[in-house]
Amino acid sequence: MIKKIGNINKNKIISRRLFVLVAAKIGLLGIVTSRLYNLQISQKQKYQVLSDKNRIREWKTPPQRGIITDYFNNIIADNKRVYQVHLSLEEVSNFNNSIFKLKNIISLKENEIKKIYEKKEKSKPWDTLIISENLSWKEFSKLNLYLHELEGAKPVLSTSRYYPYSNDLVHVVGYVGDATTIDIQNRKKIEENFVPGLKVGKIGIENSKDTELIGNHGTKRYEVNASGKKISEISYNKETQGENLRTTIDLEIQQLAQELLKNKAGSICVMDIYTGEVITMASSPTYDPNMFTHGISTKDWNEIKNNKLRPLLNKSLAGLYSPGSTIKPLVALAALEYGIIDTKFKVNCKGHDHPYELYGERYHCWKKNGHGWMSMRNAIKQSCDIYFYEVARLLGVDKLSLIAKRYGLGSKVLEDFFSEEKKGIVPSTKWKKQVLEQSWYLGETVITGIGQGYIQTTPLQLCLMTAQLANGGYKIKPNLIYDKEIDLDIIKSKIESEKNKSVSQNILKDQEFKYYERLYRNQNNLKLVLDAMYGSTNEEFGTSFRSRHKEAKYKFAGKTGTSQVKRITDQDRELDLDLEEIEYKSRDHALFVAFAPYDKPRYSLSVLIEHGGSGSKAAAPLANKLIKKILDRHELREKIRKDLKNIA
Amino acid sequence: MILSTSLNSNSYSFIDKLKAIDYFLIIIVAIIGSMSVFSIYSTESGNFSFYTKNHLTRFLVFFSMFLVLSFVRVSFWYRQAYIFYILGILFLLLVIFFGISASGSKRWINLFIMNLQPSELMKIAIIVCFARYYHRIQSSDIQSYKYLLQPIILLLIPCYLVITQPDLGTAILIAGSGLAIIWLAGLNLKYFIYSGLILLVSLPFVISILKPYQKSRILTFFNPDRDPLGAGYQIIQSKIAIGSGGLLGKGFLQGTQSYLEFLPEKHTDFIFTLFSEEFGFVGSMLLILLYALLIYRIIRVGFSSRSFFAKLYCYGFASALFLYIFVNIAMVVGLLPIVGAPLPIMSYGGSSMLSIMLGLSIVMSCKIYSHDTISS
Repeated sequence: MIKKIGNINKNKIISRRLFVLVAAKIGLLGIVTSRLYNLQISQKQKYQVLSDKNRIREWKTPPQRGIITDYFNNIIADNKRVYQVHLSLEEVSNFNNSIFKLKNIISLKENEIKKIYEKKEKSKPWDTLIISENLSWKEFSKLNLYLHELEGAKPVLSTSRYYPYSNDLVHVVGYVGDATTIDIQNRKKIEENFVPGLKVGKIGIENSKDTELIGNHGTKRYEVNASGKKISEISYNKETQGENLRTTIDLEIQQLAQELLKNKAGSICVMDIYTGEVITMASSPTYDPNMFTHGISTKDWNEIKNNKLRPLLNKSLAGLYSPGSTIKPLVALAALEYGIIDTKFKVNCKGHDHPYELYGERYHCWKKNGHGWMSMRNAIKQSCDIYFYEVARLLGVDKLSLIAKRYGLGSKVLEDFFSEEKKGIVPSTKWKKQVLEQSWYLGETVITGIGQGYIQTTPLQLCLMTAQLANGGYKIKPNLIYDKEIDLDIIKSKIESEKNKSVSQNILKDQEFKYYERLYRNQNNLKLVLDAMYGSTNEEFGTSFRSRHKEAKYKFAGKTGTSQVKRITDQDRELDLDLEEIEYKSRDHALFVAFAPYDKPRYSLSVLIEHGGSGSKAAAPLANKLIKKILDRHELREKIRKDLKNIA
Repeated sequence: MILSTSLNSNSYSFIDKLKAIDYFLIIIVAIIGSMSVFSIYSTESGNFSFYTKNHLTRFLVFFSMFLVLSFVRVSFWYRQAYIFYILGILFLLLVIFFGISASGSKRWINLFIMNLQPSELMKIAIIVCFARYYHRIQSSDIQSYKYLLQPIILLLIPCYLVITQPDLGTAILIAGSGLAIIWLAGLNLKYFIYSGLILLVSLPFVISILKPYQKSRILTFFNPDRDPLGAGYQIIQSKIAIGSGGLLGKGFLQGTQSYLEFLPEKHTDFIFTLFSEEFGFVGSMLLILLYALLIYRIIRVGFSSRSFFAKLYCYGFASALFLYIFVNIAMVVGLLPIVGAPLPIMSYGGSSMLSIMLGLSIVMSCKIYSHDTISS
């Protein structure tokens, strides 16, 4: 009975206890359920993203660089197919072993191997390493033969930059190289499209137009497993090619210019005097930009860097030279515009025995026996220094400086297009005070009148100066990349309307000019100067008479210049040495500026030969050949111009 | 006493037995079993290979065993309860000497047909043993120190043997189910409160004797991000898998977390994660509901049983089953530290399947012979 009661009692207890336990279970079940609700319903988005991050990995594919052509659509910077070998790190079990095997097949140098190890340090375990960017076909086929022994090695057909006219355009087009950390920091476009092995522009158009040329990288999205192995491709957002660029350069003239400058240090620039298109911008000596694409060897680099003729310097726009006598037309124009002189104004050049004297200082003409009585036209034609000493003295350096700047000296021709372009110096009293903190001497004005002294110009500036004289005195917009906004017909009509515009006396004051605005006060003054330049080339006793074209259609007008590198002493004058007898570094720079054809000017050019001697002997003869080529190609260029206009 | 036994022990015809079977319970087990086979199939990315084949075979064998053993009279289990317990302890001792080691712990013995994990069997043995123990004790005696100390010793021996394997998870489950029965038997609430307090006080000491990997698991539980690629990896990936499953899941065989191998131990402890990723919140709730129904049916069997042993066993087994399920799910959703506890029936593993099926067959035998009263 007791037991029975005991059992009833036990059964009661167990039921009660079970009830408590079941209640606790329901409570715990509630917790689990709410947790599941929280994970799967409330935070689903968050975990969905995390899950996708887990399983999807993106690979960037390199963008294709835009093609650069000359005005006639000749490709001057191309993408060439190259053979490469990549190493997929996730498939490599023993890295050292793989590199050793590869080394035996494709002959890697010690420093290349060192670089590969450095790159490997920075890579993620699923990255792909570029072992060699540019294999020969022989190496590539050998690699394919041994591929089964090489874990993770992948033969890849890729593209790389190639410059078909290697040396001829390096100073215009520039070259590409691996993107550095600094490149990535400085350019957003590079940062956005960076992939290992991406090439970016280092100098030239490649650098200036990098943002346009680079293109957009592609994205391949793969599903990967926990160890990072690719399972399947989910999507492929294809990479795009950068903008193709048409330059204003004429490849044939550029090549001729480089040919003419061969074995010399110098520059040749050619410009359309209305559109401002830079047709040629040659600088010598040159080097091969293709060497930089896959990293230049130390030996090659030292060779370029240590060359005394400085191939790395783009002489057309970063080389600074005294303009010498090429500035004389401008001095004459300034004096005419300010009414300092007229056509009847004459100065007597009496030779070395009776030099020009100022405050006890003596200034010589280049011609030993003197020119005799010189008018403005004759002084330009025969490049008489005495005449220009006197004119400069009368004009004053500040007025000369104002006109020189107006016609393109003292500022960057291509604005900020090339980082290396130099402004040069157009001195004035104010400039000297500010920069040198000294007052101006009249003697300095006198030598500025023949383009010596402080004045410093680039060949491209001289070319622009000549263009703006030859076009009748209108400001133009120099450019190197074809721009459909710059239209010849519109420019010509603008100029026509400017011609008849009445101008105030303020035209001679310092002021800003818009493009295609007239820069002169009196049109006749310009005509006189241009006519004197005609005489200089086409009349006897002209300094470039020997370089003239007799055929009417090639007739051009020019001005020689011989820029002193060091002060000529009385002793030098006494010795009167031949060019070969002077030490190279002490020889004069030879300059020549010209425009053609004379009757209907269209092109201007500047030639500079470093230490070439006299302008008439070293520089002007090159212009003769160039001008023939330029004018021969004129029709074709105009045809292209019309075609391009019609497309637009 | 003998008289009463013979009076109360009914004789059952085979038809009666068949009628008495809880078919609903069998169906639930069969459904969960099929779900488990499909889940394992999914862990192999839809290939019918090693794990799936093994799991299917085990399920079929042990499920049949469950059905057959259901006809064993419940008094047999009562009588053999202590033998069962002693056998369990012996096996655990065998593990120490002849055990098979895997990933740093020694848990299995080779029985030629399968590798047996005695700790899994111990989970059932402790319930049967305690059910018998309390069956014969008067309710007034339960609170006495003698009857308090004996079960505690009975519980501590296997727990100690399992902890030293080391297998903290199973030890906790054994201890938990043992305590559940002691609770059901009617031990005064104050003892539970006292021992709870003692545990709390001794917690710093307990932590200090934990193995480094166990400590790191506990620390990781509180902050999985402290070592996302190491100790925290499992729980982070598990939560990602479950969370990204959403309401309806990614679909059968579409669980990216599992087939891309982000999920560790997806066959065993993390099978719920895989299931939840592929079938979402709805699927998870369905599975939990099935388990709840299973537990309900087991309690129902206990409720209709005449003997105290049967009642205590059924309630105890139901509580233990709930504990296994709760610990496993709470673990994979990040509510509890990762301690290594399989999900009953769903997880891959022969010993676990064997012990659950064995446990269920005792429940079923309680059902079939529900009119039996057992006297010692």
